[in-house]
Amino acid sequence: MAIKGRVWKYGDDVNTDVIFPGKYTYTVSDPAEMGEHALEDLDPEFRFKVRPGDVIVAGKNFGCGSSREQAVTCLVSKQVGAIIAKSFARIYYRNCINNALPAITCPEAVDALEDGDEVEVDLEAGEIRSGGRTFTFPPLPEAVMGIFEAGGLIPYTRRRLGIEE
Amino acid sequence: MGHTFAEKILARKAGLEEVVPGQIVEVTPDAALSHDNTAPISKIFRSIGVERVARPDIHVVVLDHATPAPTTKHAQNHKVIREFVAEQGITHFYDVGRGVCHQVLAEEGFALPGTLIVGSDSHTPTAGAFGAFAAGIGRSEMAVIMATGRIWLRVPESLKIVVHGQLREGVTSKDLALHVIGDLGADGALYQSVEWSGEAIEALDVEARMTIPNLMAEMGAKNAYIPPDEKTVAWLRGRARRPYEALYPDHDAEYQRVVEYDAGDIEPVVAKPHTVDNVVPLREVAGTPINQAFLGTCTNGRLSDLAQAAQVLEGRQLHPGVRLVVIPASSQVYLDALEAGYIRTFVEAGAVVESPGCGPCMGNHMGVPAEGEVTISTANRNFRGRMGTKESEIYLASPLVVAASAVAGYIVHPQDL
Ligand code: SF4
Repeated sequence: MAIKGRVWKYGDDVNTDVIFPGKYTYTVSDPAEMGEHALEDLDPEFRFKVRPGDVIVAGKNFGCGSSREQAVTCLVSKQVGAIIAKSFARIYYRNCINNALPAITCPEAVDALEDGDEVEVDLEAGEIRSGGRTFTFPPLPEAVMGIFEAGGLIPYTRRRLGIEE
Repeated sequence: MGHTFAEKILARKAGLEEVVPGQIVEVTPDAALSHDNTAPISKIFRSIGVERVARPDIHVVVLDHATPAPTTKHAQNHKVIREFVAEQGITHFYDVGRGVCHQVLAEEGFALPGTLIVGSDSHTPTAGAFGAFAAGIGRSEMAVIMATGRIWLRVPESLKIVVHGQLREGVTSKDLALHVIGDLGADGALYQSVEWSGEAIEALDVEARMTIPNLMAEMGAKNAYIPPDEKTVAWLRGRARRPYEALYPDHDAEYQRVVEYDAGDIEPVVAKPHTVDNVVPLREVAGTPINQAFLGTCTNGRLSDLAQAAQVLEGRQLHPGVRLVVIPASSQVYLDALEAGYIRTFVEAGAVVESPGCGPCMGNHMGVPAEGEVTISTANRNFRGRMGTKESEIYLASPLVVAASAVAGYIVHPQDL
């Protein structure tokens, strides 16, 4: 599965309130509508200009703050290809796995990539490629790879429980 | 070799002899907490295709985030939850007005030493003040617990924080926790289990202790732990739902990092906009004009917090043009505060006292700021836009400082009023 798109670059400690504002958490429930608020308080342009496959690149502690899963769903809804960060907040990281959104920890790539760069992410090979440069990242722990491969925690659970799609 | 608290409890719950950091275990939590988000969670649960909740007895559902409902949409959301818990036989359900979920979980005797708690709210670590292992999870994960009764957890590395000596007069556990967050940073405990100990922690009463694990979410921690002692046992007497067995880390446990502080060095602090680790000594921002003060939340809305604020406000009036919003963390706190006369003190000072719940903490209702306004709050988050508009600023401080600032009209410590 190759992910290809442009880089949207942000800094450290991007929190869930700026990814998906708290005031919408109980009034917006449709994923498509969630996408219309993605990064609203961080980068007002993002939700209008992001294209499927684009990659968010950020510093340390991406997704800190609330446990709200909409902060992942809104990006999935915008078909963001992956998030590459120096580190992730833990609930956010779990939410990414559970929604099958690649969350890649790769500080070298974060330092090298610039806003607007064309980038390709190869999950199987564990490689990020951009402008002739290649960065490698470790694969997901085996225990959680299954969730990812099933397309997220819900389909994974269904499979485990033997429930037909 | 010895084990940390996190290693011991996860081994106990997984039925294993021992576990090591990095290992993935599957467990059934003793309690699974959710709030207004139970409606979307129930929707995800139904999408799995399972008819009945596997373990209705472990779920605790508290309506608190937007209560009483500010809009029809919010009311709809609550209605879905009431119908769902009735249909599924979830009896640990606390409707509008009971209080903030983390406070209610404790008061209702679910936050017990040596138990494992998960919650679809990031401040779930609060229950660690009672010696529980308590971690936040996402909505899909809660839905899967409903379907299976199980969740996977990664055994975390541990960070040990020792606080020697005693906090000075006018310095609270809020100042201590903010000081440490400022020192170690918003990712200072990323993925870690944080164990607190030392004389300063032992000296705190149970309510003041709860503020510390609550704020550890702002340092990226998975959970935080305070060793239960006789104060914990006394607080839980008459409240605990079931017998419990406390767990303590071994003396030769291995920590990823150990950090020590001298409580006597810590002074009143404030977290400036727009990150919780943007912590400075109060004196650096003293004099900053404010428009609104907010006393409440799962961080500092308990009786002892209200008592401190009432002491400052007794016989005083709010600064003209400044609002003070007071929200007791639970109906129990509300009743106790009424009895103690604090509510009268607040109202006489010119404050607005509102029904227990989260209120404006995450920008839902009951006292959100206007654009360009400055709020000083006892909450745990000051992110841009947190209280509803990104064009406003939030400073975080102790109840003492919030109350004093409401009187002065600018940020100040009561000692300088
Ligand atoms: S009071 Fe604030 S921080 Fe606490 S649970 Fe409610 S919204 Fe979250």
